[in-house]
Amino acid sequence: MTGRLCREDRFAAVLGSARPRVVGALTRYFRDLDRAEDAFQTASLRALGSWPERGLPDDPVAWLILAGRNAGIDAIRRNRRTVPLDTDQISDGLDSEEAALERIELDDYRDDILRLLFICCHPAIPQSDQMALALKVVAGLSVREIARAFLVTRKAMEQRITRAKRKVADAGIPFATPSLAERAERLGTVSGHLYLMFNEGYASAGEGAHIRAPLCEEAIRLIRLLLRLFPAQSEIMGLLALCLFQHSRARARLDPDGNIILLDEQDRGLWNRTLIDEGRVLLEKALRKHRPGPYQVQAAIAAVHCAAPCAADTDWAEIDRLYGALESLQPSPVVTLNRAVARAKVAGPEAALALVDGLGDALQGYLYYHGVRGALLAEIGDLKAAREAITCALGLAATAAERQHLEARLAAL
Amino acid sequence: MLYSILIYAAEAELDQLDQKAEEAILARHGVLQSHMRASGGLGPFARLMSTSAAVTIKPGEGKPLVIDGPFAETKEQLLGLYLIECDNLDEAVAAASLLPTDIGSIEIRPIRYFGTGDLAGAKAAEQSG
Repeated sequence: MTGRLCREDRFAAVLGSARPRVVGALTRYFRDLDRAEDAFQTASLRALGSWPERGLPDDPVAWLILAGRNAGIDAIRRNRRTVPLDTDQISDGLDSEEAALERIELDDYRDDILRLLFICCHPAIPQSDQMALALKVVAGLSVREIARAFLVTRKAMEQRITRAKRKVADAGIPFATPSLAERAERLGTVSGHLYLMFNEGYASAGEGAHIRAPLCEEAIRLIRLLLRLFPAQSEIMGLLALCLFQHSRARARLDPDGNIILLDEQDRGLWNRTLIDEGRVLLEKALRKHRPGPYQVQAAIAAVHCAAPCAADTDWAEIDRLYGALESLQPSPVVTLNRAVARAKVAGPEAALALVDGLGDALQGYLYYHGVRGALLAEIGDLKAAREAITCALGLAATAAERQHLEARLAAL
Repeated sequence: MLYSILIYAAEAELDQLDQKAEEAILARHGVLQSHMRASGGLGPFARLMSTSAAVTIKPGEGKPLVIDGPFAETKEQLLGLYLIECDNLDEAVAAASLLPTDIGSIEIRPIRYFGTGDLAGAKAAEQSG
């Protein structure tokens, strides 16, 4: 390859970028996720047969929706011989193709894609299966790729996705155009879902780390898609900024064995400045709107870390203040625990312990609670209590990397 | 004559390219850059951030409106640009044709006035790529 981009790459990129819109529209027509996916699949095959000869259509998305609708209708007709057709399953728009296509304006695409993502977040489906479903249906990853990312066999993932789809079908899909309030609610749910997907990839360490990194990239890609659809939403800007800041450290946060390197000890020269710059711009844009939200505040915290040339230069007073803001927006013991870490740097370990002491009931089963408490107790010289705290943390360690890290700390006490 | 090369493509499509395809595109940019360097005709060039990072200022009532996103909703977005110096349009077209031409459109627009500027931040931006 001498830097030549083949036409197949282009077609694949067009199909990939059209997919959420097309599957979203087809799901609205057929009211059936499986049928929509199959129809898209058939339409894509037809495209790959036709485009190389006739060239790209002016509007590939409309072309694919039309081809997909025809393919879906054909499939229904074929099945009709054996299964009686339930005409109620198909929405009214089918009579007039042109009119239907003309109606698909940006607003429809927006709601179609949002609906598609929202369907995947159905509360009846376990969280990891929600992600798998979104990766399959919206992002268009193959079952094999998804299975790899979740460290399970292809067959197991196949079953999980089938089960998730059945649950979605049983639950009924909300097809009416959402009201403003419903749209905002869906956006909130979908944003949270995509952040979980990002974290699912980000939090992984050990041998799974490299395999799971694509989850971060897919999540960022989907958040970008969401922001293109809702370009004025400050919380989506904040969410994208937050993920870009976190992802900028990807190369610095794992050692060659895949163990996590803590923020303080990372080689900041390895941080991806391009991602950090983009995150900064998005955060600035979001803050101009004066509509603060948890993602913006978390992005602001990440931005403070990214702005420090070395760990010692970190503006902990600003981070303490921002965690205070986050506590009032979204009170949670984990947020308070994080604030305590910043408070320790600003006001010393005693002040931090005063914050941490109130969290014992809520965070008894949370490894980092005991880890942070142990570090603070060690700092004030209460080694016995520190050892007890780290021992508690050790009891909660889920991975070999965590265990190793805590054992080293225990030995150092 | 100074020309600008304005590069357009659909962001959503570029988002779908795998690393190999991305490297193929970068390699073509490398070819253009060394070609123009050889003739002493390579001016400043820039890759723009995604249009989601953009704001657009439009006339409003009383004071201008600042709107999120690019100037217009178009299928292809302006992604980057070069300034080059060539003897004539044929040369400029030949140079721009070194870039990948099958993922979007490339506009060659002659420069009417060019100020060299005095960018302190440009060196830093060059580092970060």
